[in-house]
Amino acid sequence: MNKTFTVSIFTENTIGMLNRITIIFTRRHLNIDSITASETEVKNVHRYTIVLRTNREQIDKVVGQIDKLIDVLKAFVHEDNEVVHQEIALYKIKTTELKSINVEQVVRENSAKILTIDPDFIVIEKTGHKAETQVLFEKLKPFGILEFARSGRVAVTKPMKELSAYLKELQNN
Amino acid sequence: MKTIELETPDQTSVRLQITGAEAVIQSLKAEGVKTIFGYPGGAIMPIYDALFDHLEEVNHVLTRHEQGAIHAAQGYARTSGKTGVVFATSGPGATNLITGLADALIDSTPLVCITGQVASHLLGTDAFQETDVMGISMPVTKWNCQVTKAEDIAPTLAKAFYIASSGRPGPVLVDITKDAQFEKLDFSYEKCTAVRSFQPKPKLNADQLQAASKLLNEAKKPLMIVGQGIILSNAEEELRAFAEKTGVPVASTLLGLGAFPAKHPQFVGMVGMHGNYAPNVKTNECDVLLAVGMRFDDRVTGDVSRYATQAKVVHVDIDTAEINKIIKADAPVVADAKEALTVLAGLVEKQTHQNWLDEFHQAKQKELQVLSENREKEFSDELRMDLVIDLLSQKTKGNAIVVTDVGQHQMMAAQFYQYNQTKSNVTSGGLGTMGFALPAAIGAKMANPEKQVVAIIGDGGFQMTLQELGTMMQNNIGVKIIILNNGYLGMVRQWQQMFFEKRYSFTDIQSPDFVALAASYNIKGQKVERQEDLNNALDQLLNTENAYLLEVKVAREDNVFPMVPTGASVAEIRLQ
Repeated sequence: MNKTFTVSIFTENTIGMLNRITIIFTRRHLNIDSITASETEVKNVHRYTIVLRTNREQIDKVVGQIDKLIDVLKAFVHEDNEVVHQEIALYKIKTTELKSINVEQVVRENSAKILTIDPDFIVIEKTGHKAETQVLFEKLKPFGILEFARSGRVAVTKPMKELSAYLKELQNN
Repeated sequence: MKTIELETPDQTSVRLQITGAEAVIQSLKAEGVKTIFGYPGGAIMPIYDALFDHLEEVNHVLTRHEQGAIHAAQGYARTSGKTGVVFATSGPGATNLITGLADALIDSTPLVCITGQVASHLLGTDAFQETDVMGISMPVTKWNCQVTKAEDIAPTLAKAFYIASSGRPGPVLVDITKDAQFEKLDFSYEKCTAVRSFQPKPKLNADQLQAASKLLNEAKKPLMIVGQGIILSNAEEELRAFAEKTGVPVASTLLGLGAFPAKHPQFVGMVGMHGNYAPNVKTNECDVLLAVGMRFDDRVTGDVSRYATQAKVVHVDIDTAEINKIIKADAPVVADAKEALTVLAGLVEKQTHQNWLDEFHQAKQKELQVLSENREKEFSDELRMDLVIDLLSQKTKGNAIVVTDVGQHQMMAAQFYQYNQTKSNVTSGGLGTMGFALPAAIGAKMANPEKQVVAIIGDGGFQMTLQELGTMMQNNIGVKIIILNNGYLGMVRQWQQMFFEKRYSFTDIQSPDFVALAASYNIKGQKVERQEDLNNALDQLLNTENAYLLEVKVAREDNVFPMVPTGASVAEIRLQ
């Protein structure tokens, strides 16, 4: 049965790492829903968070192949209930539309915030799960959204083990 | 009173300043490299220039094509256990390595390929002979790295050799820009012994080994399948000790042939699509299936859903990603084969399974009888592939290094050559690369000049890399070539006959006069077309000191049996 999985990959900071990871999905005809990459709390260790829908058997094999990459320190796979995750969305709408929207109500009800007000446009920011940012999108849509951008998922896992503990294990082996 | 401190001389400043190109050669020497296969070109010229001063210590073989160079390095690596080394230039030089890289990756062969690259300021500008070698080779290498500074050359090559040969071996590519080859650096070399993010050898897990030995001790009808992992971990002796203690019948994958001597009374043949009857059928009858250093390739399993479902599976492999990839293991053992077999041999009880073993041998006799009767009926006195290989096997006592290409002759060799020596079976297994054999045999002979190296090749495959006859001529490499010529791309034709209503679409292939072709390269040879001439011809081939080419005209429409058709279960193996 297909489900949403969050794959967290910790890697060395080397050129081409993203390509090494993504070709493993490409080869298996798997489409990635979202991907984010950033440095972690440990210097020179990078973290990739990849979200996709597939089945358990397939994702376990894919993560096995990712873990096998020389420059990958460790790869994990989690289901939604095992991670705390968040996405950020930015909505650009015409300043003239302010008259027709009750801005205060929208911001309050959606725990959104206004990032900037320009004579021509305003930018509203909302963080949340994809479904939540989508709700706001639907609300603002009637007023004309000039531009919309949503980030990939960032996620931390619920188990308490620290990354540095894994790194120590790797170095001691 | 204030004292004056004398300056101590700076140790680092007295180090030798050399070019990056020279550093490449010095690094290879530090790794003990004696033979390089390669082809020069613009972007790798500084390295070739540096090599020119070291020809007494490092031998370089100029092939006729980069694909030839990398297959030769594969043959060298697989028959020596050392890492094969390849030089190629940028652009087409590097892209010509891709088939060999893919072949070496899927067949776990340790290689370090060094490619020249355009100067770093030209990267991404579509410069002459620039190509994205990093991007192209990423899916077909165990690791690759681009070096743009001379100071990074030695540490990168040290890492390359370590990664290529550690754990499950594989090919590594190091791409070095031309400016890095010219740049000067302070050279020192330190061998790499660890990479933080790479665990080559998993630690033995006592619980896993206990669980495996428990299953083995309870087994009434155990079957062991060994793969190339035995050879790669030098576990031949441990395998023999383990097998003799447990009395288990030992079958082999294509690449595992030679790991366990064919003449050993417990050897029961090859598994897989064109493997022997008994080990295939009994895969679905055994109670415990012990797989060591093999990966349940689809050519081994046939229909996975009907593969050994009755058996408890013990799977020993060094690569964690192979466990449960195809066949679910009841007792997985993630370990080096040598280490695992050593411990397992201590945990298992001494047993014999003579009746069970006899069933394999009786089936083998019957199989050989049926195959031979069928062929004699169909082809009467024509020469056949099985006859040639069987006679070659007898004459060499199964002790030659036999390099095969891909197709019918490859499967015939696997069935009829009795591989008694380890590292003596070189073939393109996973990738099935036609054109592999001739260059791979050149590499095998370079690594084993004192041994008899025989390349068995079909007429189709030979024509893919026959330019390497030039390499043999120039370097006086005494490879013995047997071309089994049936005038067809035989394996594809066999499938057309069986599954495409005999519609022989583009499998009829013409050949040049191979003997005359060899003669033009100063290689002696002859062609035989009658059974009665075979014996003398093989003697001549084997007794000639230098290279020799024997073309054998074999029955045109012979087929390889036994066969497990695609999608069938191993139990549905057909003898005709």
